[in-house]
Amino acid sequence: MSHPSPKLPALPRTLLSLLLCGAALGGAASATAAPVKVGLALDISGPFAALGAEARDGFALGIKQLGGKLGGQDVEFVQADMAGSPDQAKQLVDRMIQRDKIDIFSGPIGSNVALAVGPTLFNAKVPYLSANAGPSQFAGAQCNAFFFGTAYQNDQFHEAAGKFAQDRGFKKTVLIAPNYPAGKDALGGFKRQFKGQVADELYTKLGQIDYAAELAQLRAAKPDSIYFFLPGAMGINFIKQFVGAGLSKDITLVTSGFSADEDVIGAVGEPMLGLFNTSHWAHDLDNAANKAFVAAFRKEYNGRYPSVYAAQAYDAILAMDAAVKQAGGNAQNREAVVAALKKANYASTRGNFKYANNHFPIENFYLRVIGKDAQGKVTNKLINTVLTNYGDSYAAKCPLK
Amino acid sequence: MSGILVLEQLLNGLGYGLMLFLLAAGLTLVFGIMDVLNLAHGSLFMSGAYVAAEAHTRTGSFTAAIVIAVAVTVVVALLLEVLLMRRLYTRDHLAQVLATFGVILVADDIVKMAWGPSPVMAPTPAALSGPIELVDGLPYPAYRLVILAGGLLVALALYLLVNHTRIGMRVRAGASDRPMAELMGVRVGRIFNGVFLLGAALAALAGALMGPIVAVQVGMGEAILIPALVVLVIGGIGSVRGAFVAALLVGVVDTIGRAFVPMLLRATLPPATAADLGPLFAEVAMYALMVVVLIFRPSGLFSARS
Repeated sequence: MSHPSPKLPALPRTLLSLLLCGAALGGAASATAAPVKVGLALDISGPFAALGAEARDGFALGIKQLGGKLGGQDVEFVQADMAGSPDQAKQLVDRMIQRDKIDIFSGPIGSNVALAVGPTLFNAKVPYLSANAGPSQFAGAQCNAFFFGTAYQNDQFHEAAGKFAQDRGFKKTVLIAPNYPAGKDALGGFKRQFKGQVADELYTKLGQIDYAAELAQLRAAKPDSIYFFLPGAMGINFIKQFVGAGLSKDITLVTSGFSADEDVIGAVGEPMLGLFNTSHWAHDLDNAANKAFVAAFRKEYNGRYPSVYAAQAYDAILAMDAAVKQAGGNAQNREAVVAALKKANYASTRGNFKYANNHFPIENFYLRVIGKDAQGKVTNKLINTVLTNYGDSYAAKCPLK
Repeated sequence: MSGILVLEQLLNGLGYGLMLFLLAAGLTLVFGIMDVLNLAHGSLFMSGAYVAAEAHTRTGSFTAAIVIAVAVTVVVALLLEVLLMRRLYTRDHLAQVLATFGVILVADDIVKMAWGPSPVMAPTPAALSGPIELVDGLPYPAYRLVILAGGLLVALALYLLVNHTRIGMRVRAGASDRPMAELMGVRVGRIFNGVFLLGAALAALAGALMGPIVAVQVGMGEAILIPALVVLVIGGIGSVRGAFVAALLVGVVDTIGRAFVPMLLRATLPPATAADLGPLFAEVAMYALMVVVLIFRPSGLFSARS
């Protein structure tokens, strides 16, 4: 799936659109709109491959449940693998806009990719539902009416973890993250809510696989807790080695939902038991929409629990469906679609939430701990709400009203 | 800075170095004897890790997992040798790099098709999943001790094989002067086949052993290939002894770079500057070592070719 789905050759397609135009002119009263065109970025290769595969499964389930329609309208999904690469993503999105004339866009996992494709989409006035990435740039001064961070703003996850660490009364903690912008933002977000002593901040190489050197330093620092932001396989290695080094006896491990979701649990297993993490969603979150989603997902994918990435992607499809319906079925009326999206009037898997002026959610964040379900399967369990109706720290800088 | 911290870091460095040695030994012999640069060596490492993870999950036996991983990878290497490597002997290095790079891409896609893009779980044997109290105040992961012991044993066996057997003598002869060795009646081509398969077995062993402590994922072979190539260059092409010394050096320097340099920086510089510079120095440490060695010994520490 590394290329957009096959399309009609250019000439028949032009003829077809002429015919459709003619039909529309001839029967002015006819309400049949042209099919909605949705561009979906699937990061199923590259650094975010595992997360991209989760998102793809979430999209697929949403699309299947809606019978391939959005707001009752026929849909054409233009799918492409952005491979987590900003350059490749930019080219593919240019093509989606110019050749495929997409009406709505969603997808990329990485914040760097979101930042690369954002301006092009904003210029073309294509509503962009970011189903995962929530870069601070798009939340503050560079916010845009056509951008919706449908899932979260990056810092929120870490702020929630900081709040939990503060509430728990940890005295001395060590922070660890890769040495790149999101890593620094993560530790900054944590410190915004955590008032205890930060004994040390360790920055590692991006993509590091062996944490023996860092673990020895942790042992020497003797903290009571550790907060780590190590997305993807980095977190997997870190947790396994942390437990193997016998550090889990004396030190409580805290992380954001990014490093403690089903994709990571599948690769680490039992050593993750007892790991605290924070997220805006949990598979056992008690609301009707979520229960239906989790049951359908597990039925579709052999009993596998959905991860937060799958839930976010599924949510994005529901948000599009609601917005197209509320815009009167006319996805070409971009202003109407944006106005409808802003209402967030659909049954989200995370329960009710609303958007701040910068189109990032004001929502609850939950504490989860990894335990075993009734069948003995290692998975996340919801404990309580850490932050209620929590917005992000950048909304005030956004000029949107 | 306590003695325990230094001891622990030293053990870490040696463990990492021994794993690098298992990879670099095969690489250096293949390059040294046949002058073939095989970038796909990392893919054999990945194959060992994936097969071991799968076999361990299915059989529940760690030993069986390692044996199966090595056996399967050797078969894969045999196919690779027959189908591709043979055709590359007479080509230049550029063709070899391109072809074996292609193998990396194919291997990654095959793994993705078979196991999916997410990392897979490589269980640690239950008996070894905890720490062992080495000295008072230093519980060291039992599994890493096994890796240390395993790496040392294999290194010793390889040393004996290469330096104290007849086959080893032929291997060394082929590495230091191939045309002369051939004139003396050594069938270098056949020796090479054996060395290539031995190298694959060592890479698979490293992959199978590393799997439980790192993530078994697509692209893991590429990540470790660069340090392995640095070891090959520092040690001198074609020399197993060089690879051993260089691997331990790189392992220890890399660990020191990551552990102590940032610590010293944090003690002397403002935290923000130290956070920016520390990882930078850590990344550069290995290459700095290579540069220093090459300044004084341009052909590596123990080059097999004079």
